[in-house]
Amino acid sequence: MVEIAVLLKQVPDTNAKIAVVSGRVDESAVTSWVTSPYDEYALEAALQHVEAAGGSITAITLGPARADKVLKDAAALGVTKLVRIWQDGWEDLDSNQVQSALADAVKASGAEMVYCGKQSADRNQGSTGPGIAELLGAACVVEVSEFDAAGSSYLRPAASGSEKVTVSAPAVITFTKTDSDLRRPNVRGIMMAKKAQIDVVASDVCGSQVTFNGHSSPAEKPPGKTYQGSDSVPEVVGLLRDEAKVL
Amino acid sequence: MDITIIAETNGNQLHAVTRQLVGAASSLGASPTILCPSGSGADEAAGIAGVGKVLSVNGDCFSTFDGGAWAAALDAAAGDGVIMGAATAQGRDVVSRIAARRSIPVVQDVVALSGGIKMTHPIYSGKAMQDVTVAGSCAITLRANTFPAAGDGGSAESATVQQSGDVKIAVQEAIAKASERLDVSDADVIISGGRGMGGPENFDKLYSLAEGLGAAVGASRAAVDAWDGIPHTMQVGQTGKTVNPTLYIAVGISGAIQHLAGMRTSKYIVAINKDPEAPIFKVADYGIVSTWEEALPVLASEIGKLQ
Repeated sequence: MVEIAVLLKQVPDTNAKIAVVSGRVDESAVTSWVTSPYDEYALEAALQHVEAAGGSITAITLGPARADKVLKDAAALGVTKLVRIWQDGWEDLDSNQVQSALADAVKASGAEMVYCGKQSADRNQGSTGPGIAELLGAACVVEVSEFDAAGSSYLRPAASGSEKVTVSAPAVITFTKTDSDLRRPNVRGIMMAKKAQIDVVASDVCGSQVTFNGHSSPAEKPPGKTYQGSDSVPEVVGLLRDEAKVL
Repeated sequence: MDITIIAETNGNQLHAVTRQLVGAASSLGASPTILCPSGSGADEAAGIAGVGKVLSVNGDCFSTFDGGAWAAALDAAAGDGVIMGAATAQGRDVVSRIAARRSIPVVQDVVALSGGIKMTHPIYSGKAMQDVTVAGSCAITLRANTFPAAGDGGSAESATVQQSGDVKIAVQEAIAKASERLDVSDADVIISGGRGMGGPENFDKLYSLAEGLGAAVGASRAAVDAWDGIPHTMQVGQTGKTVNPTLYIAVGISGAIQHLAGMRTSKYIVAINKDPEAPIFKVADYGIVSTWEEALPVLASEIGKLQ
């Protein structure tokens, strides 16, 4: 039996354009919100782990009411315990605050294993998994790409290639894309998800040590040159050598 | 300002990014202390211009990688102030844990920094940038190939301390890379193929070209999703690797926004695509409207002439 907490974050669809208006990413322009892709692989791994070993999963998110959708989507795949942490000003929480709020929810869930994505598709920081592990006094294996369904081993990158490692609970596992096909909900799952209860937990972590100054769009590159046909390849190679000096 | 750098190493040598960390620390007016796990690269580190001190941290925990154990040992050896590492998988892990141990904030993958400390880091894989300021102690990781590397000419004092941590991760099996091919994360030149390549077998053309250039071969998400022979480790983009090479050659890649997010900061971008309307041409410094079947043989022969 294993109790697993899966951390899920809602992010704009990765195919979406990101617009910055008045120094902030314009979330109102986002038409499609999804579960952060690496978190989906973490959830799939947790589902397989529980199928093999028995136990249960608690799905935890941090965010506004719209983030309930990632929990409902998890419920449609069979996750029964759903927790959304809510705090005013959640967008500007610093790493400590996010980790504290999530670690508290993990502790309350009673989970001994935490599965999450290696990083979110919005902030791209990759701090949450290892940071929570530190707060929980747990080991953390990062960027796992293959796993044994019963949780007995995990494959992680190493300088020489990769390493198969084992770790005892409590542990945090962060996932990159794995070979698993992500399961899709069936009709029964979708019906169950409609009735699923979400436990909304207020958080009051305070004292951000990071001052947010603003978002901006990346610097636009000056327009390049376009050439027609393969006959132009020698000219381009010449420019790479003489103008760009990269060959 | 006190800055402690955690050396990024490659076996017993310093990884090139370590000199860039020193360069960035020097730009803030600091004479950083470099911590070398197991003493790897300590001699070289002492010779880097601008380094204040080199501390070899020796402990049993450094024989394998366990971010928790490493963080415990390095945290004990590091001074107050700013903890700085490289934004690699291991660097991000260790630095996050040191930050959590100290209850200080961590900011990862910084691409610009100035006094105060003001930092800029990409979000949404570079579709936008975020500017923040941290006034007190903090932990930061820097993106490789973004800051100028410090040169030689230093003569920092060196010392050794014994520190270790509890290892909780056991390595059962080390699996060597399937090939000696370069990884896109480490390469200065990348040639990537997309679904326009028609099939995974045609990536052989990219591999042979890459060999001549000392380049790594990457792929778009469309290619990784479509073909089993193209693993996710090759994927460049928002759900793959974010890369920052000197030269990026995109072949048969249309330029989906999530691909552009992962490679747009490449110094020079060459695009080869038969569709003149492909979005990849908007970010390309040199665009070639051609089929890859026609363009690649000419490219291979021209590159051959350079050598």
